[in-house]
Amino acid sequence: MATLKDETLEVRTSADVVRLRQLVRSWAAELGFSLVDQTKLVTGASELGRNTLEHGRGGQVRIEMLNDGSRRGLRMTFEDEGPGIPDTGLALRDGYSTGGGLGLGLGGTRRLMSEFRIHSEVGKGTCVQVARWR
Amino acid sequence: MERIPILKMGAFLLVTIQVDMQDQLAMALQDDLTEKISRTGARGVLIDISAVEVVDSFIGRTIANIAAMARILDAQTVLVGMQPAVAITLVELGLTLPGVRTALNVERGMALLQGEARSSSRVQAGEADGDAEG
Repeated sequence: MATLKDETLEVRTSADVVRLRQLVRSWAAELGFSLVDQTKLVTGASELGRNTLEHGRGGQVRIEMLNDGSRRGLRMTFEDEGPGIPDTGLALRDGYSTGGGLGLGLGGTRRLMSEFRIHSEVGKGTCVQVARWR
Repeated sequence: MERIPILKMGAFLLVTIQVDMQDQLAMALQDDLTEKISRTGARGVLIDISAVEVVDSFIGRTIANIAAMARILDAQTVLVGMQPAVAITLVELGLTLPGVRTALNVERGMALLQGEARSSSRVQAGEADGDAEG
């Protein structure tokens, strides 16, 4: 799998999340994703960016434009060194929330993506990797 | 800080969101709108999101909160102009905006608010007022 280009952004403020959305929008358009798929990617980026900010106490995201021969896609990897998630299975359920939100962030974002992986260790941090192919 | 302008049109308030909203801006809109409803005695709020390309769970929750607060202040909220890609993404995310009335465009949204205002002025009791349809 070839990485066509990649960029790493800090996620420290909600203005950073806006910048992330704009970058994902422009790369998704460049990759030729439909408007609906672009919107799903941008919305997913926004959800995960906010999780990194609010639950992970900030972190960073790596955005990659990929080509695996037959298809192209966009992958995002969010990493933080926050408190971690004790039960990721529970955190993926709709309605589960610790941040006073609706609890749709993780589970909802998984539905918007083709691939979704989460790894979290209590006291060390969380890594969420998502991708969408076209 | 940047603010989203709120226009007064007769008994209604009109908000057109034309920027990629960051969290503080959405929170400021919530505060400004409730304050303005209370000060002007507005009977309805129309929020035009036709220029908004992303509604994530935070923005969705803010819109639902605005509608709930407005209802308590005796004003109806109608959300208009949602882009189809945004609607598809919201539903997949799991956010269906319960309690928020919607209309396809500004014209239909205004007609809805005017109809509400007329029926609530005829029926003095709270029954016809404040009942969300459906």
